[in-house]
Amino acid sequence: MTKQKHAKEPLMHLTRRLNFSPKYAWAIRIGAFVLSILVCAIVTTILSPKANVGFFFRYLFTGTFGTTRLIWALFRDLAILLLLALAVTPCFKMRYWNIGGEGQALMGCLGAAVIVSQLYGKMATPLVLIIALVVAIGFGAVWAVIPALFKAKWNTNETLLTLMFNYIAGCLGAFFVKKADPNTTGSLSFLDSIGNAGNIGSNQFILIIIIATVITTLMAVYLKYSKHGYEITVVGESPNTARYVGIHNKKVIIRTLVLCGVLCGIVGFMMVCFKDHSFKAESATDTTVGGLGFTAVLISWLAHFNPLAMVLTSFLVVFITRGAKNVGDYARLGANYPSMMVGIFFFFIIATEFFINFKISFRQKGELPKEPDDLIKSSEETADKTRAQSADAAAATPASATEA
Amino acid sequence: MEKNLAIEMVGITKAFGTKVVANKNVSMDLREGEILSLLGENGSGKTTLMNMIAGIYTPDSGKIYVRGEEVVIKSPIDAYSHHIGMIHQHFKLVDLFTAADNVILGEKFDNVEKNEGRADNGAARFGRRIAFEWLRRNRVRELQKIVDQYGFGIDLKRKIYDMSVSEKQTVEIIKALYRGADILILDEPTAVLTPQEIDKLFAVLRKMRDEGKSIIIITHKLNEVMAISDRVAVLRKGEHIATVDTATTNEKELTDMMVGQKMDLNIEREMPQNPKPRLFINDMTVVNKEGRTMVDGVSFEINGGEILGIAGISGNGQKELLEGIAGLQPMAKGEVIFHNPKENKPVTFFHNDLKQIKAKAEAGMFHYPDGQRVVLKGMRDKDIVELVNKEQILYYEDEIINLKDRTPREIQELGIKLSFVPEDRLNMGLVGNMSIVDNMMLRSYRKGKSIFVNRKRPKQLADEIIQDLEVVTPSDMTPVRRLSGGNVQKVLVGREIASSPKVLMAAYPVRGLDINSSYTIYNLLNAQKKKNVAVLFVGEDLDVLMALCDRILVLCGGKVSGIVDARNITKEEIGLLMTKVPDDVQKYDYDNAKEGESND
Amino acid sequence: MTILVSMIQQAIHFGAVFLYGSTGETIVEKSGHLNLGMPGIMCLGGVGGCLGAYWAFQGGWSTFWVVLLAVIMAMAFGGLGGLLYGLFTITLRCNQNVTGLTLTTFGAGVLGFWGTQMGDKGITFAPASRMFWTPVDSTANWFSQIFLSHGPLVYLAIAIAIVVAVYMNHTRKGLALRAVGENPAAADAAGINVIAHKYVSCVLGAAIAGIGGAFYLLDCTQGSLEYVIDAMGWLAVALVIFSLWRPGIGIFGAFIFGFLYRLPYNITGVALAEKELLKVIPYAVTALVLIIISFFNKRETQPPAALGLPYFREDR
Repeated sequence: MTKQKHAKEPLMHLTRRLNFSPKYAWAIRIGAFVLSILVCAIVTTILSPKANVGFFFRYLFTGTFGTTRLIWALFRDLAILLLLALAVTPCFKMRYWNIGGEGQALMGCLGAAVIVSQLYGKMATPLVLIIALVVAIGFGAVWAVIPALFKAKWNTNETLLTLMFNYIAGCLGAFFVKKADPNTTGSLSFLDSIGNAGNIGSNQFILIIIIATVITTLMAVYLKYSKHGYEITVVGESPNTARYVGIHNKKVIIRTLVLCGVLCGIVGFMMVCFKDHSFKAESATDTTVGGLGFTAVLISWLAHFNPLAMVLTSFLVVFITRGAKNVGDYARLGANYPSMMVGIFFFFIIATEFFINFKISFRQKGELPKEPDDLIKSSEETADKTRAQSADAAAATPASATEA
Repeated sequence: MEKNLAIEMVGITKAFGTKVVANKNVSMDLREGEILSLLGENGSGKTTLMNMIAGIYTPDSGKIYVRGEEVVIKSPIDAYSHHIGMIHQHFKLVDLFTAADNVILGEKFDNVEKNEGRADNGAARFGRRIAFEWLRRNRVRELQKIVDQYGFGIDLKRKIYDMSVSEKQTVEIIKALYRGADILILDEPTAVLTPQEIDKLFAVLRKMRDEGKSIIIITHKLNEVMAISDRVAVLRKGEHIATVDTATTNEKELTDMMVGQKMDLNIEREMPQNPKPRLFINDMTVVNKEGRTMVDGVSFEINGGEILGIAGISGNGQKELLEGIAGLQPMAKGEVIFHNPKENKPVTFFHNDLKQIKAKAEAGMFHYPDGQRVVLKGMRDKDIVELVNKEQILYYEDEIINLKDRTPREIQELGIKLSFVPEDRLNMGLVGNMSIVDNMMLRSYRKGKSIFVNRKRPKQLADEIIQDLEVVTPSDMTPVRRLSGGNVQKVLVGREIASSPKVLMAAYPVRGLDINSSYTIYNLLNAQKKKNVAVLFVGEDLDVLMALCDRILVLCGGKVSGIVDARNITKEEIGLLMTKVPDDVQKYDYDNAKEGESND
Repeated sequence: MTILVSMIQQAIHFGAVFLYGSTGETIVEKSGHLNLGMPGIMCLGGVGGCLGAYWAFQGGWSTFWVVLLAVIMAMAFGGLGGLLYGLFTITLRCNQNVTGLTLTTFGAGVLGFWGTQMGDKGITFAPASRMFWTPVDSTANWFSQIFLSHGPLVYLAIAIAIVVAVYMNHTRKGLALRAVGENPAAADAAGINVIAHKYVSCVLGAAIAGIGGAFYLLDCTQGSLEYVIDAMGWLAVALVIFSLWRPGIGIFGAFIFGFLYRLPYNITGVALAEKELLKVIPYAVTALVLIIISFFNKRETQPPAALGLPYFREDR
């Protein structure tokens, strides 16, 4: 009788993990990373007759760590991506789904490009660069704040609005490029004018890396120890409690988005003046920023909004992107091969969140799931608490965001 | 002759995790055509047990028989297939849909097919299928029959978001009936209703019973148990204590079964010592976002050193009243005047700067310890500072501050210590995902000019509260959402009291708490009263209100229907006030009480 | 006059791409899932559609079968993308935005990669694409130019949108689907299989959007793989908002979008740069619509209430 009854019950049972050790979480993530690389390798060998697993790994690593210059470039790319991820992180912590980092950075690029193309030669180059930086920051901030104002005022859906703003920014960029040089294919080059800007000695990478290091540290401190950071967490976790203790929610939203826009502006400036020495905006989607703003969203989320963990996640992403590009080049797999690999990598890492946040228990007689923390819970409260967690889930923030 | 059993549960056990057993070996039954009350305290496992019949949880062990047949109910669909319908406390309705759409939502074709049972060739069946799939708006007419049969006065074409709570509940009941449920489970259906609505609901339930339906009503209100049920099943701490016939029992016996031990209802209460008005609420009107007037011209005052209870059916303006005072809801009309107890207290630089002190002295607000008026004109700043620091300048009178249109932050910055324990503590008041320490600094993190937060003091405070109030927690870094309800409440009340408030407002502070935690909270409130704090206590349990408070203000429809002496009032009198604002509203305070005595 | 006729004709022609995308995305969003992977899914659909058309064409099949196989393959590829998205967001309850963005990266990568491979192998789709479009007969009257000069997939797009609109508003299953997107807990309690509904709508929506990708490559660009689909995909996502989550309005919205999208190419006497600026209109209008609906805050025009929230029954 009992047997029959158990056979009827669901085989698997999902429960939300209330506490998990960071060790376990990292073990899962590292496992997923290794697995994703293996899958990438296998896919590559299937796609290309030239490549085998050894080939894949050889060029994956030579493409990233092959020469000193490549290593510098790797860290430079990491720095840019990391900065973008840092820029959007306070927004996400506040449960403000700003997927407009792309557009905000692009506006920064545009601001810098406008100044460089219009003012270069008319005044001293350092002055041009400073003005470019200021304008880039201004453009980025304005672009970030407009949706925030609507969010604060009328609770306009910020995910969709910032998404639209990305493309509006792209169109504005394309407009400017064509306006500045009607004969171009969609890109303005500043190599001749400010090609050396951002070099320290002959090293064109180190400045960006230094800036990223400083900003990462500042952001980590800002989020964890500053009053602003504390307010951001409160507003994100419980807007009502924020109101209750007299935090001005709207002010915090706008202030945080200004910060985000400023950082995006700085990144945009660095992309144009220090990294590419050009500004590209062929169409709304094909620009200098080139999707990094979206990747930054993924990086920030995967790192549970922890700036230091973001260093690692952005490293992995840059590693895969650059490595895969090298593999693709040698195996003649084309320009789009890396995005496929990055996609595979992300899918694996995203899936780990499930195994970190949920526990699957298989029904067996007499074996109850062990949750030491339930010690302090009483039954009826379970409902309350799970409701609170569904609020977590609502913003899809990993439950450990505050602890991490 | 025994009636047939509609439901029989044998040895049901359900645990969450290893230690928390919500239901332990429960065996009980429901007879056909009866109303069974399921009685128990908060947290006694009533809802969990019923959720297992309704298919929301599956039991870890035990058997459920429906009409004599063993069944496994894995989902609400299963439950409906056994003709079991549950009306949850939180309604499961889609706001955007009309009542009719909500009722027919999820209806299965099989039912229709069985009911109609007509010609059975493929084409006809397909045709019926299409006809069924097509949303016929005239389906409303069929539903209308049910509405008329039981006398629910409700327009099925209205959208749910337009409806009142009781109307939503009606829709849920219609839904269950339409689905063919003849076993109905209602989870605390009266909690949100007015007495008139409760009477109406009970009339409907009796009618259903007379038509052969079997009904379980979950409640913790004894008077309702006595009024409506044929039998009562009592749960305590997840265990089934007994099932008794209502006719052969009484409230006292049931209470004993429910709490397991003789309840010491004597909450300590002393006469207020020298009550002086602390907070005046004058003609306060609060209109909510939907434009409904929730608080309507309310006037009263709270004294320091008393506990003023607020009684009323929930949703009659309690929340808005408190939030209005705390500056969380804008007032449409009226004002809140705060009397800062400063009489004969020294002025400090804590809340005033030198300029303000000079201005106040000019206005004649200060005196010296010997009673002489302070004149600062012509004095050197240095000397004034010295006088203030030596506490030689004293206030003549209490400081009077109008709190109207001030935000919580402004109130805080004025140095007014107003503490507020809101009803939904994890939604407002605490941040569930933050640690106890971080929750401690919610009120105080702004202090100081540093751009960084200082976690040292909050950590001390957290540790003090954990120790003094016996908060059960692994550490002070544990996120509060992992604590149980009682411990969460202790953390919140502890923090609010720690700022040594002048006014303490607590909304349903013992809701969902076990008896021990409840008493901890009562004691904390009493201790505040002794410290001459003005305490405002919103409660739902009239027994507690009458035992704890000095005066009770009764709200009805956002209006004050009376302020009564908690020591000389009966439950019935309060109950009457809760349902109807009398023409002549009585307002008791200690002065007119004395007058009243002398008049006698 | 002829310019106007041609512009309207093109508006309908290109509008059909958006219509596929937005109809698909509407179905997905109505189940409470914001699929930002739509551009990627349309790319995948494009790959499937081209493959199907190519095989059928090489096999010497007739026009009908070529089109049919292309549609089926596009739906299969798009549907697979939707299934992947569903697996992550429904079963694994991962963040929808993050999953969607990844899917977009992945899908665009697959299309680009596959396109280059085809190019390297010298495979072109122009001949097969002849089955999908007919040159506009400029001598015909305005009515047949505007309404009758399209390939079969334009009419299919409109038909699908109408069917979906009717399904959504006038059938019980549609009611159930909307309930899932508004309040999954209520739907669950009413006995609706929430998970199944979400899966079906994620896969079906993606399959429909997949046809859009194939249609764009085989009809609008006449078999060229040079153009990027993701821009079209984002506009389709925008169109869902523009149409206030109603496929019926979406038909007209699609044509307006198509008109605006083609405007820079049709308008004369405007400099190249200003033409770029004109491309902003669909996005700007959508942003405006978003702001306006939030301003009026009318319940019926809001996004589905549970949009973006994962559903876990035990969380109740």
